[in-house]
Amino acid sequence: MSWYAPTHPAPAPGDHDRVAALSVSGLSVSYNEVRALIDVDLTVERARICGLIGVNGSGKSTLFKCLMGLVQPSVGTVALFGKDHRTARRTNLVAYVPQSEDVDWTFPLSVQDVVLMGRYGRMGPSRRASRADRDAVDEALDRVGLTAQRGRQIGELSGGQKKRAFVARSIAQDAQLLLLDEPFAGVDKSSEATLISLLQELRDEGRTALISTHDLAGIPELCDEAVLLHNRVLAHGPPAEVLTHEKLALAFGPLPAAGPDPRRPAPAAEQNQEQ
Amino acid sequence: MEFLSFLTEPLQYGFLTRALVVTVCAAVVASVLSCWLILMGWSLMGDAVSHAVLPGVALAYIIGIPFSIGAFVFGAGAVALIGVVKSTTKLKSDTVIGVVFTGLFAVGLAIVSRTPSQVDLMHILFGNVLGVTDGELWQVVILGALTLAVVLYKRRDLTLFAFDRTHAHVIGLNTRALSTLLLGLMALSVVVGLQAVGIILVVAMLITPGATAFLLTRSFDLMLILAASITTVASVAGIYASYYLDISTGAAVVLSQSLVFVLVYLFARRTGIIWQAVTRRRLRRTTPPDDVGKPASLQPTGRA
Repeated sequence: MSWYAPTHPAPAPGDHDRVAALSVSGLSVSYNEVRALIDVDLTVERARICGLIGVNGSGKSTLFKCLMGLVQPSVGTVALFGKDHRTARRTNLVAYVPQSEDVDWTFPLSVQDVVLMGRYGRMGPSRRASRADRDAVDEALDRVGLTAQRGRQIGELSGGQKKRAFVARSIAQDAQLLLLDEPFAGVDKSSEATLISLLQELRDEGRTALISTHDLAGIPELCDEAVLLHNRVLAHGPPAEVLTHEKLALAFGPLPAAGPDPRRPAPAAEQNQEQ
Repeated sequence: MEFLSFLTEPLQYGFLTRALVVTVCAAVVASVLSCWLILMGWSLMGDAVSHAVLPGVALAYIIGIPFSIGAFVFGAGAVALIGVVKSTTKLKSDTVIGVVFTGLFAVGLAIVSRTPSQVDLMHILFGNVLGVTDGELWQVVILGALTLAVVLYKRRDLTLFAFDRTHAHVIGLNTRALSTLLLGLMALSVVVGLQAVGIILVVAMLITPGATAFLLTRSFDLMLILAASITTVASVAGIYASYYLDISTGAAVVLSQSLVFVLVYLFARRTGIIWQAVTRRRLRRTTPPDDVGKPASLQPTGRA
């Protein structure tokens, strides 16, 4: 019940690798009368890419907010690597890659300024960058292929480059769990492929990614597993098992609870709309 | 030689030298803060705080304590009140801000109207920088230096907070504390600035320099430097204009800041409207006619 109660025993030294990256149990969240999440159980093991699929209002962003400690659940617990969200955040385990529309692209910051912000949690109180911080930024920019664009103002990047800049911030942070909110919105197909292989590289290093997306077509290629969310978890498993017609109809079809949302699992149309 | 005496003549008067120090000090502090405020869309908050300090200033004069204490208590109080009302109702923030600051401003007017002999309303509303005492000068200098020191020390956290508060939260920073810090610093800069230009115009110092600098650069650090430099020049120019043209000092200072903004708005490279018009015309002339309809060719390409 209590948010900070250690429901999971603290991992013993050496036990760390066996703890799931993300473990949610019995999670319910309500905003006034609206129930955004209902009794959600979800475990994602380490070194996995997990796609989170659902219509708008299905609770995807509420789940993200719970994982980050921005929303207090009514009931249930969240553990990230066996720790509560506060400890996980303070030890730089979690990184967030925001949705494009949540970013002020006119903000006078360069690409490397943004990537350097990934290091702030590891710096002293005045956030003065050390040699190690600058090296981490150089390396992160190099990995995402934005070294040549490092001096550009962030709004001057293309859609795909913008996403990679924020992934670079997570890399500089050396986070173990990446939460990506609609990373393929406004990204063309070739940039999407670049982004996918980058995320898979990170996965192969042992990092975990939870990706909320509308892009159903990309999921089998990108994800190790998929979660179909419609306020409850409707399905969770390998993408081929989750992305069946009857299961998708449950999440995307005109369910009474879903409201008048005309979205269908039509990835091509989805893409155009996001552009 | 003539120009030199043009510059030195006003400085023979002690009150004008003091006015110069107070105005530049207040303007620099406010201009630096304005860079964050305009990026966060908090300009209206500056307006609210500046109006809400009126009862504090009036009470401070009546009780006989330093004006800055009264002003800060009410400025911070207004911020807290806005925060409480906003979080406990479903009202939009500009509504809450409007309700709170006009209420407090009216309280101030009521207090002043009951004690007309002790408090000069015009001085509070429009500043009295030519009548600044040594004590008031030191309040401004010390508070200004303190505010500036804290701002510069925490500037990277404040920028992160302004740009992406979710990331700030996710890496374990206390975003509520940062928000409080920024609002507190804003209240302090209002306190510092109202001596120079008064309650009504202090908000200009919290908005215009940042807005001007934003049009000139795409680097935040440069924006801070530009805002502070522009506002310093504009303040000095304003004081001299006020002396030679015999106009209200607060008005002259704010007017010269507005003038710089207009010049930048018109003539700035890339962002100025004249630059944009010239770029568009040049593009139209150099582009083959069959390409004219294409959207890409119509974009001003200063950013390429």
